[in-house]
Amino acid sequence: MTPLTLTAMAGANSLGLGLLATWDALRRDRHGLRPNDFEDATIKTWIGRVDRLEAEPITGDLAEFDCRNNRLALLGLRQDGFEQAVDNARRTYGADRIGVLVGTTTSGILETELAYRRRTSSGELPPTLRYRQTQNLFSVSEVVRRRLDLRGPVASISTACSSSAKVFASASRWMETSLCDAVVVGGVDSLCFMTLYGFASLGLLSERPCRPCDAERNGLSIGEAAGFVLLERRSAGNGDIDLLGYGESSDAYHMSTPHPEGLGAITAMERALERAEMKPIDIDYVNLHGTGTQANDLAEDRAVVKTFGIHTPCSSTKDRTGHTLGAAGITEAIVAALCLRHGFIPGTVHTNRIDPLIQSRVMRTSESRPLRSVMSNSFGFGGNNCSLILGKRS
Amino acid sequence: MQVFVQTVGIAGPGLDGWEASSPILAGRTEHRMAPTVCRIPDILSAAERRRSNGAARLAIMAAQEALRAGGLNGDSIATVFASSDGDGDITQHICESLADAAREVSPTSFHNSVNNAPAGYWSIATKSHLASTSVCAYDMSFAAGLLEAACYATVERQPVMLIASDLPFPFPLHRIRPVEQSFAAAFLLTPAAERPGPMRWQISLDPRHTATPFPSWVPDSLRSNAAARCLPLLTAVAKNHAETVALEYTESSRVVVLCEPAGEA
Repeated sequence: MTPLTLTAMAGANSLGLGLLATWDALRRDRHGLRPNDFEDATIKTWIGRVDRLEAEPITGDLAEFDCRNNRLALLGLRQDGFEQAVDNARRTYGADRIGVLVGTTTSGILETELAYRRRTSSGELPPTLRYRQTQNLFSVSEVVRRRLDLRGPVASISTACSSSAKVFASASRWMETSLCDAVVVGGVDSLCFMTLYGFASLGLLSERPCRPCDAERNGLSIGEAAGFVLLERRSAGNGDIDLLGYGESSDAYHMSTPHPEGLGAITAMERALERAEMKPIDIDYVNLHGTGTQANDLAEDRAVVKTFGIHTPCSSTKDRTGHTLGAAGITEAIVAALCLRHGFIPGTVHTNRIDPLIQSRVMRTSESRPLRSVMSNSFGFGGNNCSLILGKRS
Repeated sequence: MQVFVQTVGIAGPGLDGWEASSPILAGRTEHRMAPTVCRIPDILSAAERRRSNGAARLAIMAAQEALRAGGLNGDSIATVFASSDGDGDITQHICESLADAAREVSPTSFHNSVNNAPAGYWSIATKSHLASTSVCAYDMSFAAGLLEAACYATVERQPVMLIASDLPFPFPLHRIRPVEQSFAAAFLLTPAAERPGPMRWQISLDPRHTATPFPSWVPDSLRSNAAARCLPLLTAVAKNHAETVALEYTESSRVVVLCEPAGEA
């Protein structure tokens, strides 16, 4: 593929607001998880919550979009000079030539969940519920596009936990076919009852901070996040990190369990390498999907070993951010970009003893060393997989 | 971008499969309103037939028809699923459970709640390990899906199945999204140079066209279904003559499809 440059990045997650907070947490082995204190959810688990979302409603022109998910989206956009960078791109290319692709799994469903508690005696939902601007998956793309005053093609992508890795693949195709000169890709997912109680029903939530690759790992910690990247052609300059490859695949195995040998994951990683015209040895670090469930981590390990052997350093950073679901792909793409920029491999923060069944080189402790290329994995329900390769400009 | 339409599938009210629907779309037979026939697609294994949700079954019914008419193996076809609203029955079921004191969510409902559930079941049924993308753009979801599918076929040079589907919401969700009828359609598309098919589509974004209206016979109750917005394109396929169809997309652009029988030009 023709490499694209990440000319601007921004994010908000439980580590804090902006890239600096995420980098600081990586560097200092800090995590953003806390015992579950989301609304009145009683599940005993740890969550990665973004502070003060409850207290900052959307006002003004976009007030109709007000909901937790869109608040988080706009909070993310406000970080790191991102809106200014998009302003500049708009002046260069024109608003019609810049696309928007945002990944999400639950959008503003929280509004509907809460509305069900306020049904009238005849069972009707309160008339104030705004479906298009909150629950519908498109609302986050619409609010982002309106906030940034863009007029190019737009869609939400919702392929479970690979959603905001997939936005990079689709954006790359939009650029390749000249539909766009730049694309704002993003991922936004926020805490809601459906994901907390849903993952609990599957027995997949740990009662402790998640411990990816630990022998005693017993589930994930849910987080919330918004992340955005502005993608432009490499000739546009102004960036130190490039998107070099993407690989997409389907497990074709099971709706909520990964293929035990990680077949789909292998295919995704191999396709990404092919597209980047790289060999496994060219990858200096793999940011794992690494949710911290027994089945996921083991299947991914098999796939990583099959693709890379046992020497490539890898780790999951979900023990710091929590699993941010539809925002995980872009949150970890941004982590990968920060690792490349600063020459850093993050270790694990809650993992005590690596599972002896796990053979890949999982980094317990963080390490500073120059990196040229990093892979980031995102795998989701429905067996939907996407691997990205980012590289540092030499 | 240029793609060939190999085959199509359709499941809608009074539109039970392509063979029965094609004369209606071509204007040779009158449309008679009848509820959408929702069979459980036999391409699903017994286990997946049991587990699958309504949204998956509807989408897969249309996709299965296009696949079987097409002479390609399912495992050689990537997919793009376009839906505005996903599965309202699942949303209703989960939100109802969450409003109860016990808050017990069914694990099956939860894994079926992901927007890409139809894609998951389809990939299992066809053993396709290729890429699958599920897109949403509210009422414009089909237009966004068509762009995604055309970009995919053009760049990746693989056949791609585009499946659009939406279902009515149950009470009380119905009031916030009043969709009346179930509708799904599938289009098996191939990259231009790789495998010619009966109809060629040239697809672009263009601000100048006005959106092509629904064919006049389409009942009002079907027009509120976002997936039904592909009916003008299905009509072009049924009539098999040159036609330009413009689909509403953004405030500043339409997705414009220049349809022509592949024998011509």
